[in-house]
Amino acid sequence: MAYLRSILRSGKNAVPAVLRREFHRTLPAAVQVTVRDAIKEALDEELERDERVFLLGEEVALFEGAYKVTRGLWKKYGDKRIIDTPITEIGFTGIAVGAAMAGLRPVVEYMSFNFSMQSVDHIINSAAKTYYMSGGLQPVSIVFRGPNGAAPGVAAQHAQCFAAWYGHVPGLKVVSPWSAEDAKGLLKSAIRDDNPVVFLENEIMYSVPFEMSEESQSKDFLIPIGKAKIERKGNHVTLVSHSHVVSRCMDAAAVLAKDGIECEVINLRTIRPMDMEAIETSVMKTKHLITVEGGWPQFGVGGEILARIMEGPGFSYLNAPAVRVTGVDIPMPYAKHLEENTLPQIKDIVFSVKKTLNV
Amino acid sequence: MRKMLTIISNVLRGSASRNGARLVVSARTYADFTPQASFDIKNCDVHKLEEGPPLQAVLTREEGLQYYRTMQTIRRMELKADQLYKQKIIRGFCHLYDGQEACAVGIEAGIKRSDHLITAYRAHGYTYTRGGTVREIMAELTGRRGGIAKGKGGSMHMYTKHFYGGNGIVGAQVPLGAGVALACKYLGKNELCVCLYGDGAANQGQIFETYNMASLWKLPCIFICENNQYGMGTSVERAAASTDYYKRGDFIPGLRVDGMDVLCVREATKFAAEHCKSGKGPILMELLTYRYHGHSMSDPGVSYRTREEIQEVRSKSDPITLLKDRMLSNNMVSVEELKEIDVEVRKEIEDAAQFATTDPEPPLEELCNHIFYNEPPMKVRGISPWIKLKSVS
Repeated sequence: MAYLRSILRSGKNAVPAVLRREFHRTLPAAVQVTVRDAIKEALDEELERDERVFLLGEEVALFEGAYKVTRGLWKKYGDKRIIDTPITEIGFTGIAVGAAMAGLRPVVEYMSFNFSMQSVDHIINSAAKTYYMSGGLQPVSIVFRGPNGAAPGVAAQHAQCFAAWYGHVPGLKVVSPWSAEDAKGLLKSAIRDDNPVVFLENEIMYSVPFEMSEESQSKDFLIPIGKAKIERKGNHVTLVSHSHVVSRCMDAAAVLAKDGIECEVINLRTIRPMDMEAIETSVMKTKHLITVEGGWPQFGVGGEILARIMEGPGFSYLNAPAVRVTGVDIPMPYAKHLEENTLPQIKDIVFSVKKTLNV
Repeated sequence: MRKMLTIISNVLRGSASRNGARLVVSARTYADFTPQASFDIKNCDVHKLEEGPPLQAVLTREEGLQYYRTMQTIRRMELKADQLYKQKIIRGFCHLYDGQEACAVGIEAGIKRSDHLITAYRAHGYTYTRGGTVREIMAELTGRRGGIAKGKGGSMHMYTKHFYGGNGIVGAQVPLGAGVALACKYLGKNELCVCLYGDGAANQGQIFETYNMASLWKLPCIFICENNQYGMGTSVERAAASTDYYKRGDFIPGLRVDGMDVLCVREATKFAAEHCKSGKGPILMELLTYRYHGHSMSDPGVSYRTREEIQEVRSKSDPITLLKDRMLSNNMVSVEELKEIDVEVRKEIEDAAQFATTDPEPPLEELCNHIFYNEPPMKVRGISPWIKLKSVS
């Protein structure tokens, strides 16, 4: 087991997931898989399952992916199914949406969702709105995926979180996985979904290994889009988060547990449609709510959750105002110390919990 | 022989005004009309091509009648839309196609129904040539449940099989069309995609990105620039450093075509389709055409061009008149027969307009439907927290 772990953690020299699958019969039931490899497994399995699925994006083929997510796929599937594009986001996004309109199932990779801003017209006007505008005549089955949000040292133009931007749009589904299981199950669901799905990965999480249950190693393992997961049960306060910040919440929960404060950590998994029921059920139990995200505060994911709590049954259960813990309302700075203080740290979450609980 | 036929037809035409004329006309239909004729068509300027389309086109009587009827239907439909818009029965955007009919009809004659086509917002003509009925087009313009998009889309968002709209964002339809072509190639179907755009859109960056990828990957795409001389209120000289739109594909071969002559458009399209389907990759066509209306119904169309110019095009280059004159002077059809077609078309448009004004609007219960495809019913947030709406796939 430790031997396996050391192979898997060694990054570039890791046994490719593709090969590893052949050994499944002899491996123990649960396996450590990085988020990166989980995404690749999902892509590999869906490419194998459906001829109409294909990948396109910058450096996805020969370079094996800017973040090595698609390593090995071009060698296995070839030029027709793994397509390297020129650096022309709006052009290749439009082409992918057109291919989806004509019946294929493209998976578009953005080297960073920051570059998707060039393509946002096609994601929203050509993909999200089309089924509605056509009165149900023209569906668009497409997935837009890539790293979203903060990454170490990349500075302002490469660190924005787009969860709130895409989460705003009817006709889109927006998914933000945290763990390897999330990544695999949700990406498979996204590819099988007949609608446009924005799949927000995170670079910080790519190399993090998680235990994958035996069930999750099946080729038909799917996680439903639109359902949150309770990563940690607790009675005192509800922490709602998504993507890499879930790790911080779990760490903060461990720190708070030493003081006898039990946090319930909810991993949203999907931004749109959001699983408000899970949040409300939790709030009715804990009576305290804090949303935690890496994105900017104004008009963010947390803002939406708080508004819905105000409007829904959860409000009357609150013993304290629900609050948001977010990234600082500034463009992301470069210097390490400044960068660290721009995103919610464990101490910030702990502080907010104690303030909310008035302890 | 031809002269004798002309004399006979003139005599008979004289008698056609009396009762029983219809019987007389149809009795002579097959015997006396020229079944087909060959016409000289304008030479096309070419770019990176050894040769262009042929300089002669053969038109059969059946084809001529069909092109005439289709162009006339589009013409009348657009003029009716103008009327309904002025009566405020059609709202919002309405971009009319009258003057450009030869483009839509000629292109359709040069491709197969199983090929694909996408255009921008001046789309009513194409919606018709691609299989939409006048009824469902007009009912979509008036926003009724019988509309082609159930009233949810309006003028710019009409779809039929192998016709991807109807697109409101200038230039966006070009990469979409190349994507459709990619799907054609991927699925090995030997089909192509016609991607239309206007002279205004021709300067869009995403179009050049598309030229690059379509050429690199040899996508079966016919890019067609419908150059009607004006991008909204800006003439081509004021918008483009190079108005040779057929050359702007650079490494993509191109041809410039007389877009007012349905036969010229047809032959050029056939030529282009042949190029694509032989695996040579994309090709670009510029159609020189003209719109009689302004950019849209809110544009009178005279602040940036003269009425004289519009009138001159109407009198010298009208596509329907051009075809009509050709057919009449070659005795392929009679004036009465064309008049009959006009009457039938008028009736079809009237019936459609009647339907479009009386059909009810889509019901409020269907407000939230068609957000997602193949999805179980879901709740949609309404205007206030207490209003819970339902969406069905």
